[in-house]
Amino acid sequence: MDLFHAIFVDPFAQMISAPDLLAQTVWEGFVAGILYALIALGFVLIYKASGVFNFAQGIMMVFAALTLVGLNEKGVPAWIALALSVAVMYGLAVAIERLVLRPLVNQPDIILLMATLGITYFLIGFGELVFGGSPKSMITKQLYLPEGAINLHVLGGQVQLQKLDIAAAVIAMLMVAGLALFFQKTRIGRALRAVADDHQAALSVGISLNQIWVIVWFTAGVVALATGIFWGARSDVSFALQVVSLKALPVLILGGLTSVPGAIVGGLIIGIGEKLGEFYWGPLLGGGIESWLAYMIALVFLLFRPQGLFGEKIIERI
Amino acid sequence: MKTLLKCAAAALALALALPADAMAEDSIYVPLFTYRTGPFGGSGTPIADGMHDYLAMLNERDGGIGGVKLVVDECETGYDTKKGLECYDSVKPKNPVMVNPWSTGITLSLIPKASVDKIPILSMAYGLSASAKGDIFPWVFNPPATYWDGLSEILKSAGGGSIEGLKGKTVGYLYFDAGFGKEPIPLFQALAKDVGFNLKLYPVAPADMQNQSSKWLDIRRDKPDLLVMYGWGAMNPTAIKEAVKAEFPMDKFISIWWPNDADVAAAGEGAKGFRTLNWHGTGANFPAIADIQKLVIDAGKSQTPKAEVGSVLYNRGVYNSVLIAEGIAQAQKITGKEVVTGDDVRRGLENLDLDAARFKALGLEGFAGPLKTTCFDHNSHSATFVQQWDGTKWVKAGDLVGPDTAKVQPLLDEAAMAYAQKNAGWPIRNEVCDNK
Repeated sequence: MDLFHAIFVDPFAQMISAPDLLAQTVWEGFVAGILYALIALGFVLIYKASGVFNFAQGIMMVFAALTLVGLNEKGVPAWIALALSVAVMYGLAVAIERLVLRPLVNQPDIILLMATLGITYFLIGFGELVFGGSPKSMITKQLYLPEGAINLHVLGGQVQLQKLDIAAAVIAMLMVAGLALFFQKTRIGRALRAVADDHQAALSVGISLNQIWVIVWFTAGVVALATGIFWGARSDVSFALQVVSLKALPVLILGGLTSVPGAIVGGLIIGIGEKLGEFYWGPLLGGGIESWLAYMIALVFLLFRPQGLFGEKIIERI
Repeated sequence: MKTLLKCAAAALALALALPADAMAEDSIYVPLFTYRTGPFGGSGTPIADGMHDYLAMLNERDGGIGGVKLVVDECETGYDTKKGLECYDSVKPKNPVMVNPWSTGITLSLIPKASVDKIPILSMAYGLSASAKGDIFPWVFNPPATYWDGLSEILKSAGGGSIEGLKGKTVGYLYFDAGFGKEPIPLFQALAKDVGFNLKLYPVAPADMQNQSSKWLDIRRDKPDLLVMYGWGAMNPTAIKEAVKAEFPMDKFISIWWPNDADVAAAGEGAKGFRTLNWHGTGANFPAIADIQKLVIDAGKSQTPKAEVGSVLYNRGVYNSVLIAEGIAQAQKITGKEVVTGDDVRRGLENLDLDAARFKALGLEGFAGPLKTTCFDHNSHSATFVQQWDGTKWVKAGDLVGPDTAKVQPLLDEAAMAYAQKNAGWPIRNEVCDNK
């Protein structure tokens, strides 16, 4: 009976008695979710265009953020460092297409997955060689990212919104909207969708697969840079950030590997779900449940929708 | 002919496997398990630099220890227990005089091997607290204070000189959810029950080191009167930043001795007043560290950035190597041998005696408080002090506080006995004791 009360009554009583804490928890989950969604977006973009599950997305985020901070440390002004970091991500996209993807065309998916593992280890080693293993502080001031918090005295208490988190949410939404427009309204975007639908058909109408791959990997690199800036500002820029990117996996399971809206909605469900779970039900299990709760949420969804919330339903007749 | 070729191939393989210096009979092999890469590289690098630089300085300045050159060999563990065990297997054939695991997880895995392989473990102020008991763990050394000592020192300070001062209060424990962070929990729980304070646990999973917002929501809800942190790697700067964001009062937030200068500086002005325990000096104003600068760093024999010298974790690495060197020097003194073995150094580590005069002789006057080990006490249970971040550097914020021995020692004895009983066939000590 006590257990029933602890699971089904007490958490909801807490939500009602302290609505400010509930609002704060939802906000924290929302911000985390947006950032998970951005990481997941990088995976989705590449998977859609090339069918490659890019295991290197997490390290691309670290590498992009390290490039930005590292260049600034060397005396390059912040905005030029930002532009150069974007250029570095373009160079990386070209290098990956030339050296990894092109030679592996028509290889089984597992080979391409292993290749992205190789890219991961290369970027870890190369990043540590160039920038060292020590954590660095994100250059939030130089990038004119807002600092401080807005304290809302509502719901009988206080809800604190960090200005940086608000900026992250706004920029993430702008990026998603921009990407949606890019895919829907531009010639390259349509070409990309054609490649995603059918490689051979796209080739037959003159779409350059190689060019599309470069564009997609570059776009994923820019998304990785934006994500790295905000995660780096919340803690620091170090190789430990790569671990955070693993949170994109349950988001992908939930949202589907091929869906941009899926990545966004999946990110928000996982972000808010894990924070609520940890805060209200975590103490029942000794805390620290959020590291696996995200996977549990995704698995529950999988029971009902194996292709994810927005993933394409694959029917194979035998 | 085939046998000859096989022998030649084996000799060649052996020659390639061993570093040239390690093969020399007139050298002492000291492996250092370090982590300069991966999620914990931020904490591991300054420690690795400090350890390396002090030993390199001894080689440059004194020609090693007792006239015998040290062969210092780093093995990268990435703070990963599996890799740490691989490092151990790779250094074992080279006759190390001790190992420095620099990870509680690796230490716990090596403890059962130490007495079998006759390689002492130096786990300086980390690892298994109960291994301070030399009668049960003759091959493990964890001076100058255990995690349990550190916890009792924190609670004593917060309780106004006595843990009883926390009666009726709520004490939060924010910890790295792995071997290291879990280590003091049994003591914490026993003290909470004994003294009567309300203990709240806030575990931070390794995957969530940089994603702690839900922990800080818990902290906001529970409003602890004191928040104790045992963090490592990226967990420390993130926690301090979150505390600043949450406007958690810094005078209620205190950490065990692991946060480094950079961890606090990253949180900006709001981190002013953040406190940690420490037991040694910070800054570079010591003759031995000046020798390191001159003979090692300026001479290009180290990759240490100048700004890192004197930081908490760099000096911690130096302190670790002082213990290594003193253990070897004592072993040479006891055995009369110049080239000592692991067995000899075990005896040396049981006879450490670092008083003020000895620290002065080492060029580290006033660097740390006295430390003395015996066959039965492998720790010394030294006093520590609270240091506070003033926005740019650490300043001492209190006098030396010793552990609450009356409360900790019985629990430590119990834990050591329980360990031996749980590990069937745990050897009864029959090693030589030089200070009965």
